Amino acid sequence: MNDIWAGLEAAFWLIVTLDSDLVEITLRSLQVSVSALVIASLIALPFGTWLAIRRFRYRRTAIAVLNALMGLPPVVVGLIVYLLLSRSGPFGVFGLLFTPSAMIIAQVIIITPLIASITHQAMRELWAEYHDLLISLNTSKRQRIMTLIWDGRRALLTAALAGFGRAIGEVGAIMIVGGNIDHATRVLTTAIALETGKGDFALALGLGFVLIALALAVNILIHSLSRTEQEGRW
Amino acid sequence: MIRLAVVIWLAFGSAAFAETMRLAVTTSFHNSGLSDVLLPAIKEDIDLEVQLLVVGTGQALRLGRAGDVDAILVHSKAVEDAFVAEGFAPYRREIMYNDFVLIGPETDPAQLKQAMSASDALTRIASAKASFVSRGDESGTHKKELALWDVAALDVEAFDPWYKAVGAGMGASLNTASAMGAYILADRASWLNFGNKTGLALLYAGDPVLFNQYAYLPVNPAKHPHVNADAAQRLEAWLVSQKAADLIDSYTINGEQLFTFNAMD
Amino acid sequence: MSLSLSKAVVRRRGKIILGPVDLALNAPDITIVLGPNGAGKTTLLRVLHGVERLSSGGLSLSKPDAQARQEQAYVFQSPIMLRRSVRANLSYPLELVGTAKPDIAQRVEAWAERIGLADALERHAPRLSGGEKQKLALARALIREPDVLFLDEPCANLDGRSTREIETLLKEAYTKGTRIIMTTHDLGQARRMASEVVFLLAGKVHERSAADRFFTKPETSEAQAFLNGDIIE
Repeated sequence: MNDIWAGLEAAFWLIVTLDSDLVEITLRSLQVSVSALVIASLIALPFGTWLAIRRFRYRRTAIAVLNALMGLPPVVVGLIVYLLLSRSGPFGVFGLLFTPSAMIIAQVIIITPLIASITHQAMRELWAEYHDLLISLNTSKRQRIMTLIWDGRRALLTAALAGFGRAIGEVGAIMIVGGNIDHATRVLTTAIALETGKGDFALALGLGFVLIALALAVNILIHSLSRTEQEGRW
Repeated sequence: MIRLAVVIWLAFGSAAFAETMRLAVTTSFHNSGLSDVLLPAIKEDIDLEVQLLVVGTGQALRLGRAGDVDAILVHSKAVEDAFVAEGFAPYRREIMYNDFVLIGPETDPAQLKQAMSASDALTRIASAKASFVSRGDESGTHKKELALWDVAALDVEAFDPWYKAVGAGMGASLNTASAMGAYILADRASWLNFGNKTGLALLYAGDPVLFNQYAYLPVNPAKHPHVNADAAQRLEAWLVSQKAADLIDSYTINGEQLFTFNAMD
Repeated sequence: MSLSLSKAVVRRRGKIILGPVDLALNAPDITIVLGPNGAGKTTLLRVLHGVERLSSGGLSLSKPDAQARQEQAYVFQSPIMLRRSVRANLSYPLELVGTAKPDIAQRVEAWAERIGLADALERHAPRLSGGEKQKLALARALIREPDVLFLDEPCANLDGRSTREIETLLKEAYTKGTRIIMTTHDLGQARRMASEVVFLLAGKVHERSAADRFFTKPETSEAQAFLNGDIIE
């Protein structure tokens, strides 16, 4: 219990003094996870929607695979991405290893299936509701996807936030592909791992509380932005 | 919201302006805190930003073999020699040494305090079947530990479950030893800097066989033409300089000197 | 446009739901499709509109397929509301075909006025009452001035007042040239609206004649029984 109080105290002082290291790694955490979120959403939202409305023979299999991919262990993804980006690997020539870009790539791979799966489930429901009408109105596939995405945007936002939560708390993959380099690829989660390994639990907890507060803040911000609607406006 | 994100992203996307190179170092070295002293001095003296990848010895060598770093700093002569023999580094350059110590529970059930040598200490642990945590991760520390069991004529493979290989870095392993009340071999620097000493104490040290030599190996540009060989050379020159010697010898924790500079010209 | 089915059959799970049906709808008319439950009325409408596929036989239209459905509209028994405002629901079909914004605004407001929802434009459509929703669905269907309008029991769950409003709107649309094909269980409504009747029984067209004929002197005994209010299968 002592450690936890020490952690809260450490978090308090870090934040109040705007510790420069803390600010740096917090901004980097946001940079990596928000970038990953944006890229993953650009892939997953349309894909999940498309999957909900398209009929093809192996649809059930595709959905099962998608749901299974949600369970990809992040650290395994990190290892594979590392092998791909290593200088001895196929994409080594791009020099992406141990940069924030590599971390973003790994996180995109991890969270895209999650966002796509949630999107798919939400869009399936909405499609069932709109199906007859949209076909009757002779909409094109593209128009259908756009309509579903717009009308289902609250569910999609939830999907995106789920992805963000996964990304901001991830540590295994980005440790491997980022290298946790001070002033270059260190983020909140990898810093926590480092301080824990050094036995400095107070600081590790402090960073942990900052991370929790950050995730909460983002969620609250998004939800309050979308709640400017009156009941039933959207 | 999007604009803010783009601005932040661009700010961090831009490359640093000083020359940079990547150096893989072991967790033992990093935990000593010496890098926090050396890196700023390096930046100031030769305008070189050294990016440290803190990994186990095994992974450091792998990174060197793959050409993902420009140089490595490790402490395991046998594997370093192999690395050079395979041509991944042109040579190994000794820089400094520290020592290993045996840590254990304050109650000291195996009575290490009375040991006369490192072999004696380990034999006492084995006889008492006292809990022992091993790094188990092919690191320099791990290999040193295995060599010591060997010298004491004890067969690690035949040990009962009192011997626990955790496959983790120095800090994590010390955490485990603390939680279990177990004995563990650690480098002095990591021990002094360790923040969770509850229940543990330094029980044996001083046997010359426990000395731990650190060496610098630049990655061979013939094998990996893209490495920053120039920066690796400049860093090496700095590491064997008088300035480095002064900083290394004067680095203390709680008044105790950790490393002894022993690079030769 | 004219629509015609030849030897059309719809099979589901091996059972014939509709067919074989030969039916040609040419002249502008208000065609009411009558028949007991399960006779295949909804299926017939869906097949004519092209939202249900035929198991065998064919549907031919006087306009090319892609264009045809665009000039038709369908009002479902349970109105499907987009999860948007009344205004957005009305403008949706126009936005789909790229109508100019000022044009959209004007038409939306005109129709909202006609269905009595002019002050409800910003309300969330799914929250309207049953009658309001159905009127909105109808307005949305008519806003593109379709050639053919299908309605599947549009007034099944509505009160008398809403029913009357809808029938008025339908008659107006008809005078403006929209061909109407509608199913209903309300014989009174059928008598009020129809210019011709198609009587379906067990998936086949059992009788088809002009409205006056059908209601006063139907050809088949089953049709007579149906008009008498008997349950027939």
